[in-house]
Amino acid sequence: MFNTNDVLETVNMIEKEHLDIRTITMGVSLLPCINGTAEKTAKSVYDTVCKKAENIVKVAKDLTLEYGIPIVNKRVSVTPASLVCAPFAEKSALIGKALDDAANTVGIDFIGGYSALVHKGMSDYEKQFILSIPEVLASTERLCSSINIGSSKSGINMDAVKLMGGIIKKTAENTAESGGFGCAKLVVFCNAVEDNPFMAGAFHGLGESGTVINVGVSGPGVVQHAIESIPQADLSDLAEMIKRTAFKITRAGQIIAREAAKRLNAEFGIVDLSLAPTPARGDSVAAILEEMGLESVGTHGTTACLAMLNDAVKKGGVMASSRVGGLSGAFIPVSEDIGMIEAAARGTLKIDKLEAMTAVCSVGLDMIAVPGDTTASTISAIIADEAAIGMINNKTTAVRIIPAPNKKVGDEVNFGGLLGRAPIMAVHNESAEKFISRGGLIPAPIHSNKN
Amino acid sequence: MRAVLTVVGKDKTGIISTISTFLAERNVNILDISQTILQDYFAMIMLVDVSRSAIELARLSEECTKLGDKIGMSIHVQHEEIFNAMHNV
Repeated sequence: MFNTNDVLETVNMIEKEHLDIRTITMGVSLLPCINGTAEKTAKSVYDTVCKKAENIVKVAKDLTLEYGIPIVNKRVSVTPASLVCAPFAEKSALIGKALDDAANTVGIDFIGGYSALVHKGMSDYEKQFILSIPEVLASTERLCSSINIGSSKSGINMDAVKLMGGIIKKTAENTAESGGFGCAKLVVFCNAVEDNPFMAGAFHGLGESGTVINVGVSGPGVVQHAIESIPQADLSDLAEMIKRTAFKITRAGQIIAREAAKRLNAEFGIVDLSLAPTPARGDSVAAILEEMGLESVGTHGTTACLAMLNDAVKKGGVMASSRVGGLSGAFIPVSEDIGMIEAAARGTLKIDKLEAMTAVCSVGLDMIAVPGDTTASTISAIIADEAAIGMINNKTTAVRIIPAPNKKVGDEVNFGGLLGRAPIMAVHNESAEKFISRGGLIPAPIHSNKN
Repeated sequence: MRAVLTVVGKDKTGIISTISTFLAERNVNILDISQTILQDYFAMIMLVDVSRSAIELARLSEECTKLGDKIGMSIHVQHEEIFNAMHNV
């Protein structure tokens, strides 16, 4: 028989502390779909996604009931579409539409992989593909896009960084009616991972097998509650408590991942334990940092608290499963975290502090709304800064930024649902135009030469 | 296959009887029971065998939630594996 406290702890985590499986993401290879013309390929893409993912919604519902853990999102990630579109890049939008249609048909929340990997160089077909993004994101609903513009091994492709500043601006303008919502579905990465289950940055890497199930587990509320239970603990004890909690959460994710993979005839890929907040109170990473002893997230000490949290989460996760992957750590998407929203609105949390925070946690400047008149070169410069942090520190960094049309500091954009609302944050007004216009490649750091 | 059924709520008469009748009607066998009272709250944990259950675990889970709503208790039934995984190294 089980220990009563253990059983009740699990029930409590789910009922009161928002423990959930944030996403079951099925990775699907689209390489077998490449077929002569854009039209034929688009049909094959649609058919493949519909066939492979046809049961994902039902399986997720059954698993939720059987294991008693809510599964919030069902998603699909696909091979970077720029590869599939290579022979007919001018018609890339057709593939985008096929993916979005397939997502609607099978009833999943998002489909990711309208992506290109241009971290070292960008061929003409990739450039053409990237140029299609603003239109495609404005005309689709569930499709997400990501571009990898740098890596620790290859350096930072500044031509791609420059291009992406303009693409983000254009995407915001094309979706101005919804506050620039298109940008919430577009991520620029350095060191993108191939098995990330989280959106908007998920794609199915080339090193993966045909069909894979990756699961993203969340639980900021559970960690916050665990910290609350030992108010006088010193930081080593706190780290230990976070580690233990992360272990339990990851184990729950692993069991769901294995079972989902079995039922969906896919391989079990990885469990990604990321503390992914939602705008609900009690489901906030900022609240964890504040529970550690900060008056407000964004103040001095925030980076240290976040570093400890991120590391303890990783340690617990790695102990729990030998298939830990994706991003695994703490996410700090501003619009999706009630504590971050409030701190940004108060002016305690600024973009510079967020940038420092991204050096010690997973991902990067995420779901940040900036004034609509922010220039393309400033956005490129923000991307370059983030990519530099990722490149030098051998970690994934990303930028998901929304230059909200016609909005200025003090305003707010509301995306609704899990994407939340974002107070417009100030950026520096001094130009980086000349730096960005130089183009070229920032060479890979010395420590990339390990062979 | 075994599952863990938990019942949490304000203590009152007849909880065990209601639950065990409900389970017997669905051919779910009770293997073990433990219960505690935490402050005013009643918490019962049952280990049940659902291998000969008349309905699938997912449906049993839905029905338990409904029964819980009816009698004003929180009732969950979950595959035992989840507890093994979370609480054993």
